[in-house]
Amino acid sequence: MGFDWVYLIEVLLGGLMSGVMYSLVAIGFVLIYKSSGIFNFAQGTMLLFASLTFVKMTENGIDFWTALFIAAGVMVIFGVAIERYMMRPLANQDLLALFMATVGLATFQEGFSQFIWDSDIHGLQMNKFLDLQLLDSAPIFVVEHIPWLDILLPKFDIFASLVAGSLIVVLAFFFQKTKTGLSLRAVSDDHMAAMAVGIPLQTVWAIVWAVTGIIALVAGLLWAERVSVSFTLIEAVMKALPVILIGGLTSIPGAIIGGLVIGVGEKLGEIYLGDAMGGQGIELWFAYFMALMFLVFRPQGMFGEKFIERV
Amino acid sequence: MIYRETGNFVTDYMRDREIFPMKFDKIMVVLGLLFLYLYVPTTSEYMLSAHVIPILAVGLAVVGLNILTGITGQLSLGSAGFMCVGAFGTFNLMLRLPEWLMSLPVALMISGIFAGLVGVIFGLPAIRIKGFYLLVSTLAAQYFVWWFFNSFTYFINYEASGVVAVPPKMYDYWGIGNFLGIDMQGYSPRYILALTIVIGLTYFAKNLLRSTTGRNFMSVRDRDIAASVMGISVPKTKLLAFFISCFYCGVAGGMYSFLYIGNVDLMIYEVDRSFTILFMLIIGGLGSISGSWLGAIFVYEFPILFTWVGDVIFGGAFNTAVVENVSNMVYGVFIIALLIREPGGFAALWATTKQKLRMWPYPH
Repeated sequence: MGFDWVYLIEVLLGGLMSGVMYSLVAIGFVLIYKSSGIFNFAQGTMLLFASLTFVKMTENGIDFWTALFIAAGVMVIFGVAIERYMMRPLANQDLLALFMATVGLATFQEGFSQFIWDSDIHGLQMNKFLDLQLLDSAPIFVVEHIPWLDILLPKFDIFASLVAGSLIVVLAFFFQKTKTGLSLRAVSDDHMAAMAVGIPLQTVWAIVWAVTGIIALVAGLLWAERVSVSFTLIEAVMKALPVILIGGLTSIPGAIIGGLVIGVGEKLGEIYLGDAMGGQGIELWFAYFMALMFLVFRPQGMFGEKFIERV
Repeated sequence: MIYRETGNFVTDYMRDREIFPMKFDKIMVVLGLLFLYLYVPTTSEYMLSAHVIPILAVGLAVVGLNILTGITGQLSLGSAGFMCVGAFGTFNLMLRLPEWLMSLPVALMISGIFAGLVGVIFGLPAIRIKGFYLLVSTLAAQYFVWWFFNSFTYFINYEASGVVAVPPKMYDYWGIGNFLGIDMQGYSPRYILALTIVIGLTYFAKNLLRSTTGRNFMSVRDRDIAASVMGISVPKTKLLAFFISCFYCGVAGGMYSFLYIGNVDLMIYEVDRSFTILFMLIIGGLGSISGSWLGAIFVYEFPILFTWVGDVIFGGAFNTAVVENVSNMVYGVFIIALLIREPGGFAALWATTKQKLRMWPYPH
């Protein structure tokens, strides 16, 4: 028996799918970093808060779309509140202090979301609400369509990729074609210059945090469908970290490609290196190692802005 | 009135460079040492085992992280991983070397060196990677170390549960048994050992900051290109900072596992602990050694105090989950508020207080 190519393809596809999930979290990160230079550690708890809000509402009999709408509204309010009460007083501070503030925010949100809702583990099954073929639990047997490719594709992963893809298209449109998007790009380029031409920095930040909240809701729901709504969602943030570092902290395409690279690399590493390394669970650090190797050769990530240093 | 430079005359250069230039400071240091060495060991065993020793251990890790992050400016989230190296290093040294060769204090120091070397390896990328991107290196260290000790059970002596208790006779490393009615395997001697290590290393750190090495660290933090222009070897400085910092973390890890918990357990060195240590550092104030200790004490005691206050006021009307969540909320808000009000952390508050004392009772 030779090398199992079909298996390799299956692994690759699986990796790509999980990469999409990482990218979803990473996009939220990148948005905030781009617009304010803040490394937002609270992204994971925002995922938790958003999906918990949604799940609790559907459990109490509110229908899917209303719940989605309300949860998005809550996230927008939250984002605006963060700008008003955290970002504004902290403006112009050391980046490390801002980073720690988001860790503080994460701690707060962790307590808050479990305090107003609960800390149980909730299952989320979207096919209860949405009558979509893609949300079926049965996987697609690719062999029925392509005879030589005997692999299984979970339908949900395809659905997740589609959602992620459309989210990215919407974001790209928002950034490139709308006036708000233009001011967001201006702010990310240079705070001072943006302010000088009359862009209201605070409004822009509020918008960014609100948009990030909505992305967190989308990502949170997809993650929740895959795993469950619980405390573990917070760990998504640790998964997304190497992704954004590989992609470059300031690039949305970087976040996506980084996610795919990490997703595939992780799976390949686990399967082809895992046994050789004599232990299971190398996924944990393998992503970080990949990112590390990458950064040693390109310190600003794949698409990050090149550092220009002056004395 | 109390705290004055007046009357402290410096007559030669050595005295000018003293670490505690003021008479008042000297008196306070001596009184503090007497208090720590003579009074604290006689307090209850609970006090020592649940409050003082863990704070000493964790605080030492915070001092270590401070050298790396606060003073050299290299952000690290791997402290718990390096603590883990220290704990497992101590365990293996004690286990594998003959008893006459290895005693607990020596093993702690040697495993600190192990941790330092591991730190240097993971610090190598710092030569090229800067800023937040460096997180990837220290987090790789954190996850790799954790995975390593989790997979290779040789290092935990093939213990299936993954937890090994420390045999109590290890604490009586001089084989005294019972001295003046004090059980040498009890908590007081452990506390004395921890305290001695901590005082020694804190003194070293404090002095390090006033030396050429410390000034090199700071210049690399402030502007590394300017530092290299001035002839400071930036890679060497960064790696030295990694070594010293991780040495502190390693010793702290050994102390945490051996002197506080009393068993070697991987679970306490997960990434959360790295965050806690970073919290302590930020709350205490970056770059200040005394601030690190204030931060460690505050962060360690806060949840305990909060639970206790909650218990007293509401009398256990809420279950622990609610208390924990509210504690998290209060804590998060407190951190943000502190960063807004006083970004310098407790160290800055302390400096202000000192200044006020100096001026008192005439505030101008």
